[in-house]
Amino acid sequence: MEDMYRQMILDHARNQRNWGLIESADFDHEEHNPLCGDRLHLTLKVDDGIITEVGWDGDGCAISQASASMFGEQLIGMSLDDAMKLDKQVVLDNIGLDLTINRVKCATLSLKTLIVGTLGARKWEDIEDAE
Amino acid sequence: MTKQTKTLPFDVEKIRQDFPILHQEHHEGVPLIFLDNAASSQKPTQVIDAISNYYHNYHANVHRGIHKLSEQATEAYEGARKKMRDFINAPNHRQVIFTRGTTESINLVAFTWGRKFLNEGDVVLSTQMEHHSNIVPWQILADEKGIKVEYIPVLEDGTLDMVAYQQMLETHPVKLVTVVHSSNVLGTVNPVKEMATLAHEHGALILVDGAQSVPHMPVDVQDLDCDFLAFSSHKMAGPTGIGILYGKRDILEAMPPYQGGGDMISKVTLDGSTWNDLPYKFEAGTPSIAEAIGLGVAVDYLSNIGMDKVHEYEQMITAYALERLDEVSGVTVYGPDASRKGAVAAFTLDNAHAHDVAQVLDSHGIAVRAGHHCAMPLHDILCVTATARASFYIYNTFDEVDKLAEALEKVKDTFIL
Repeated sequence: MEDMYRQMILDHARNQRNWGLIESADFDHEEHNPLCGDRLHLTLKVDDGIITEVGWDGDGCAISQASASMFGEQLIGMSLDDAMKLDKQVVLDNIGLDLTINRVKCATLSLKTLIVGTLGARKWEDIEDAE
Repeated sequence: MTKQTKTLPFDVEKIRQDFPILHQEHHEGVPLIFLDNAASSQKPTQVIDAISNYYHNYHANVHRGIHKLSEQATEAYEGARKKMRDFINAPNHRQVIFTRGTTESINLVAFTWGRKFLNEGDVVLSTQMEHHSNIVPWQILADEKGIKVEYIPVLEDGTLDMVAYQQMLETHPVKLVTVVHSSNVLGTVNPVKEMATLAHEHGALILVDGAQSVPHMPVDVQDLDCDFLAFSSHKMAGPTGIGILYGKRDILEAMPPYQGGGDMISKVTLDGSTWNDLPYKFEAGTPSIAEAIGLGVAVDYLSNIGMDKVHEYEQMITAYALERLDEVSGVTVYGPDASRKGAVAAFTLDNAHAHDVAQVLDSHGIAVRAGHHCAMPLHDILCVTATARASFYIYNTFDEVDKLAEALEKVKDTFIL
């Protein structure tokens, strides 16, 4: 089971889906993981409240890159309102590995970028702190 | 009350077994009686072992590492923060900032919140019974910013003049009230909850110096509704070099960082930087990891006894100490009666100087503090240059109080004709 996840992570980390920023995007925000310097820049096209296009770039470890790639695929077709209600378990489930305290921040950076960019840093802290 | 009339809230002898330092001869054939707890308390084996275990088995830097030791250290360090959150009933662990101690916690507020939000003519309202650590930072800020520092007077019974407090709030542009919860000299427990309500009614924030209260009684930041609470580990069975600043979240978020460096940033470029989230914004550099872990264990230890029981016992031993000291002719104890007092008895003995009193007590194995206890303005008001101070903690016994009273009679033989 873990091997399957590992393969999927490596696949997404090497071939990031939706790579590259959207020009004149409806959502545009960049966040950092201060622990290790990972960077994630996320842009979205939103039509009638539905996310129709995702574009991102960034730097980081395989976990953060794969997580962003999988998260981006998930977002397409989802309403922005629903996306803003996601909790961190969604992105942790994508990775599927039992992550330690310092690595959780790598896996959640893409969700953090969406949440901080829409609802603010306090909302993200609440999501991050949820046990 | 006398020492036989009430059952004790916990087994003091059992507590004493946990504190190895207490079981030594202070001088040959003279056991140690440690009554300098307001300066710094002793540490139980559990705390000493936790620090030793950390260095023996899982020391590494926190927050950055991917390796197992760093993960373990991070879990323990952040776990200690959550224990501190629960201990003072903070709403969120992000509001618990590790500092070097009470002094640094107060300085942090002065030099971040104070620098940003205080302007010329604003008043910081302190009291005449403060420790220097809650006077001097504000005086430095006054020189820098042109703010004024005013002081709530102390009444003859050792309590704060609450009428003057209300008047000062009404007549001065007070932006911050900064007050000691329990005086390190008088022992006075100030009505900080009531003071917080009054401060807020007048648009001021309130900082509570909990250095002498958090170790000795239940303190609930949400119940007090204080904006800041500062306290130290080493007075509450934890290690030196670490303490806590609690703050309300909106206020902490609006404050600029204290020191710049690692761990406190989100992103750094040569043109500028952005700050990390709470609490890391205020924790630049590698923190005191072992000390935080040790403090967490100290808080476990105190919580196991129960802070209400700690307080109950200290009220009993303080009442007994005041009774015994009162029987020694020539002794003057400063501060209110035992019901309104922390576990502190600062006293003078006729015309014997406090240093001489402390020296003779030391020869009887009794450790007390002598001097102005970092509260020179208060001693000016009391019209004494120095006092001797006996202060108690969970491991002190009624017999030790008896020995203190007996030794003071010997001091009189030496110094007073």
